[in-house]
Amino acid sequence: MIAYIIRRLLLLPIILIGVTFLIFCMFSLLSPMERLATYVNDPSTLKNPQAAERIIEKYHLNDPFPLGYIQWVKRIAKFDLGWSQAANQPVWDAICQRFPATLELVIYSIVPVILVGIWLGVISAVHHNDIIDQSIRVTAIVGWSLPTFIFGLLVLFVFYGILGWLPPGRLSTWAQDIVYTGTNFHSYTHLVTIDALLNGNIPIFVDALRHLCAPIITLSYVYWAFLLRIARSSMLDTLRKDYIRTARAKGVDEHTVIHKHAERNALIPVVTIAGMLIIGMLGGVVVAETVFTYPGLGFWAATAAQQLDYGSVIGFALLFALIMVVGNLVVDVSYAFIDPRVRLE
Amino acid sequence: MNRTLRKLFSNATSLLGIILLVFFIIIAIFAPVLAPPLSDDPYQIPRMSWDVNPQPPGFPMSDNIKDMYKYIGKEVKYDKAICGTAQGGYDIFYGLIWGTRTAFKIGITTVFSAMLIGLFIGSIAAYFGRWVDEVLMRITDIFLSFPFLVAAMVLTTILGRGLNKVMIALIAFGWMGYARVIRGSILSAKEETYVMAAKALGVRDGKIIWRHLLPNTIFPVLIQASMNIGTMVVTAATLSFLGVGAPLGYADWGQMVSFARNWIVGAPGHAGQYWYSVFYPGIFIILFVLAWNLIGDALRDILDPRLRGEL
Repeated sequence: MIAYIIRRLLLLPIILIGVTFLIFCMFSLLSPMERLATYVNDPSTLKNPQAAERIIEKYHLNDPFPLGYIQWVKRIAKFDLGWSQAANQPVWDAICQRFPATLELVIYSIVPVILVGIWLGVISAVHHNDIIDQSIRVTAIVGWSLPTFIFGLLVLFVFYGILGWLPPGRLSTWAQDIVYTGTNFHSYTHLVTIDALLNGNIPIFVDALRHLCAPIITLSYVYWAFLLRIARSSMLDTLRKDYIRTARAKGVDEHTVIHKHAERNALIPVVTIAGMLIIGMLGGVVVAETVFTYPGLGFWAATAAQQLDYGSVIGFALLFALIMVVGNLVVDVSYAFIDPRVRLE
Repeated sequence: MNRTLRKLFSNATSLLGIILLVFFIIIAIFAPVLAPPLSDDPYQIPRMSWDVNPQPPGFPMSDNIKDMYKYIGKEVKYDKAICGTAQGGYDIFYGLIWGTRTAFKIGITTVFSAMLIGLFIGSIAAYFGRWVDEVLMRITDIFLSFPFLVAAMVLTTILGRGLNKVMIALIAFGWMGYARVIRGSILSAKEETYVMAAKALGVRDGKIIWRHLLPNTIFPVLIQASMNIGTMVVTAATLSFLGVGAPLGYADWGQMVSFARNWIVGAPGHAGQYWYSVFYPGIFIILFVLAWNLIGDALRDILDPRLRGEL
């Protein structure tokens, strides 16, 4: 167990070097002028050769490739990621400012995905091949085929266009006035729903939740469809095992067989996949936030990409890759805790 | 093989998948007949008007555009927007038809190239083992450390707009799954006696991989490939939707949906008045992906020996 975790931790620096190197390679595909532009907050500087020269000197943009990489890593270690034109502030500040909004969205999306996905998957497996199973399967495969951005537009159309229940954005204008400029509202966590509760301001809480609902539905739909399929096939596999037959032969009642004997074993692979799914949600965030103009990291990155604001895009890629690396590590280690067979390798 | 095909055709869901796929293949083949191109680049969607607003189905081509075509000496073979026009007067019907070709082009090119890279890296890693395996698999891990959509978006942004750039980005971050699957299969297959025999006879390593190992291990990879075509097409469409994919006016379903984005809610009191601008391209993307997913799903069930006899 310890050996496995140590081996896994030793890999971490290698992966980190590889990931940063890959991003630096992509960065190097840009022309020198475009690279220069990512560090400039005023376009007129580029027209002034001396100023441009100073920035090239300062950021080592003319260094040979390996030296350039080392200088670049040193800079990102100091959180100097350049200037974001899309946000009109340094990239790192832009990330810090938008991170809570995205975190809030992801946290609220994970819970329904895992609960609904696993629950339906187990039901589907227990009722293998009858009408319940068939209809759940069809819903799942249609869900899996429904691209996030189309589903998001559908949600926007129904819940905003027709019903007017779930508006886009993060807060209504009146709520923004209170949260961002008001004097009585304290932002403890920057997660608006939690802050609203801590401040005892129920209308703000309701407003924030109303804005969150649509992106949550959009983000979670695809993932519960996927998780359902994994849970179903894993459960089907387990139900065919000998010890299940033994339990049934001994006269254990069906409820205990399914929920005590089968489910616990069947859900082991589901846990890893669930971990990977949560990480995979990071991609869906870009789409869900863009559709609903929800002011998080994904919306910012998509806007930056449209404006060819390379500094922001690179910073965004770096952040998400790091989150994913750490997330994968956590999943692997927790998997070793759950499934003893992994440790033996 | 025959048994597989028979099963594919006898299963209701996979049959639906096949029918849908045939429908799309026919559209792609007969695109020049169904929607005759008006400009030299057939993938450029013709505009029916210079108006920003989407126009309802049956909207006739405006006179000044007809005059323009007459002026440059092009024959206008059709002058009605059967499915309406998208934002900017782009003809939806034309975009749907030629977008089918785009979808096939993206799906098949990216999946085929990604599969080749994956097969190459995975089989070499598994066959030679030890440090070769270690190095190649760590490289695979590094590429897997990016959410696919994010990686594709970043690389496309850096390379610049255009369909080829999108495909390069999708291939660059799309090969890892194949490498892992083929590595797993070859790791277990290389201990088989026929490989030992080939080695004992002095057959070259490359030939053992190519002639003996790959034909015996490639099936799971092919299933994965068929399921991946849908994913690749959706990702490309998503990139277009986010505004970093195909250039403006290119016949691409994702871009047509992004055209519809600003109009989906409609004017106050007229919710859904522009339904056609998102409905048609949306339904085409969904059906295209569904077709591949249904076929891939059925193939997996049929070829998975554990589920045999239960279908």
